[in-house]
Amino acid sequence: MDVQHRAIEIQGLTRRFGETLAVDHLDLNILAGEIFGLLGHNGAGKTTTVRLLNGVLTPTAGHVRVLGLDPITQGTILRRQTGVLTETAAVEERLTGREILTCFAHLYRLPKNMIEHRIADLLDEFGLAEYADDLAGTYSKGMRQRLLLARTLLHSPRILFLDEPTTGLDPAGRRIVHELILQQSHHDDRTVVLCTHDLVEAQRLCDRVAVLERGRIVAEGSPAALAKQLQQGVHLHIELSEITPSIQRAVEDFSDIQEVDWDRTHRVLSLRVPVREMIPPLLTALVEAGAQIFSVVPQEPTLKDVYFALHTGARPHPSTGDEQ
Amino acid sequence: MKPLQKPDWRSVHALMARDLLVVRRSKSVILPIILVPLLLLVLLPAGICIAMPMMDTADTYQDLKQLMAMIPPEMQADFAYDTPQQTLLALILVHMFAPLFLILPMMVASTIAAGSFAGEKERKTLEALLYTPLSDLELILGKVMSAWLPALGVTMVGFLLYSIVVNAAGWPTMGRVFFPNALWVALVIWVAPAAAGLGLSAVVLISSKVSTFQDAYQLSGMVVLPVVLLMLGQVGGVIYLSLPFVLLIGMLLWLIDAGLLWLGVRTFRRTEIIARL
Repeated sequence: MDVQHRAIEIQGLTRRFGETLAVDHLDLNILAGEIFGLLGHNGAGKTTTVRLLNGVLTPTAGHVRVLGLDPITQGTILRRQTGVLTETAAVEERLTGREILTCFAHLYRLPKNMIEHRIADLLDEFGLAEYADDLAGTYSKGMRQRLLLARTLLHSPRILFLDEPTTGLDPAGRRIVHELILQQSHHDDRTVVLCTHDLVEAQRLCDRVAVLERGRIVAEGSPAALAKQLQQGVHLHIELSEITPSIQRAVEDFSDIQEVDWDRTHRVLSLRVPVREMIPPLLTALVEAGAQIFSVVPQEPTLKDVYFALHTGARPHPSTGDEQ
Repeated sequence: MKPLQKPDWRSVHALMARDLLVVRRSKSVILPIILVPLLLLVLLPAGICIAMPMMDTADTYQDLKQLMAMIPPEMQADFAYDTPQQTLLALILVHMFAPLFLILPMMVASTIAAGSFAGEKERKTLEALLYTPLSDLELILGKVMSAWLPALGVTMVGFLLYSIVVNAAGWPTMGRVFFPNALWVALVIWVAPAAAGLGLSAVVLISSKVSTFQDAYQLSGMVVLPVVLLMLGQVGGVIYLSLPFVLLIGMLLWLIDAGLLWLGVRTFRRTEIIARL
């Protein structure tokens, strides 16, 4: 973290709404150029954090620097360099795609002689050129989301805040958005803060994640590091020729094995062994019980495992999952 | 309290242009803006003008006596026409219609502002504006101007239409161009813009409390109450709209507008708005 520039620095950030603590003493650094995931249920504090980082909401306490700027006192300058796609954002249905982009191009103070060209490029890139002069009210959900993304990127922001950007999209729409996020970060060296409760999405896209719960960070690090840290034993999928009572008894004889599941349709045995060293004797016992083994596949723990473990109490220490 | 920074007029203009385009394409906003002036300033006065020559002279004289009794003696010279019909028509169209005319700028400004402030909140398009580099001042200026300027435009067009209609339809009775007089010019140039300001200021304040266009639109209807009181006062003989009185009303409205605008700029903060979205 020392060599890379910090795009966002947060210390003790707190926001209270009456008796409710929406964000509770948040400490976090986000690096320039990384895709950082803010994970959590609805109400975990993700959206409030984005609002605080863009200076549209004042913190109750704490210190924030985004691109070296104070969001509250330097909000206007900061917002020229950030792009925000909110979860509940809607397009103005009575305007055309081109009119919406033109208005925002002026609001973001793009040079006048660049606007037409920039909008044409974006409409083309997002597959909206053909519909540019149709009212946005006639657009499909996917087209609207692409238009909103194009609007967010109009001024080439240095930091992109995307709050649940794929909610309501079909798989094809989700794939387009995912590719776009990766492109923004990897090719254009843009910092992306992705708020999501889609763990597969976070695992696929994010360099690092922070899991929020009631406004607090309960885990932080790369998805792989968090999963590894949480890993207790090895989860295996063993494909067998058949499942017989003698094979089942052979497995039951291993008292330390957990999460045993027999998929009789596909003849797959799933289980968790506490240590790697237990795998050879287990396979030997299965063979001795008459099983033919077609494959043994260790299952990597996923962010989903981490997330659900966190919410059932098996929490890794927030700082130790950080590989950066 | 932070000092107000100089607004970036390009941004204000962009926001205004966008809001005006939305208004033009919004039936729920554009219909009342067209129908109300058509009814108040064209159909109603035209009907009165057409009906006037058909009225019984004796009845007219009785009506006239009642109306003239309400006007201060020093003002009665303004309505010294040749026939009772002429005097009655001038009294109705010049005197009685004056406060009614003020409903127009108030209604237009408050209808557009309801769509622009509460309506935008309802359509979920406001939050995106809060994340732009627009300052709070630029945001409120753009929104206020996009309601105030069309209100002035509709008022001017309404006044022109009214002038044409009453002079043309009133010709058989009056036999000359009798409208407008100095009072109406003062009303249109001095009072109507301030009345529009009052209508939209009320909506700005109401919109911070309600979340739909309909709620803001219905509540903003209350701003015409002072105009209704003015009309009732006039019909009841308590108030007479003389030129100095109209100038005074204008001054009072401008002062209220200035106060409300100051309050609006000071309270219209994105940090407050977003917490209520």
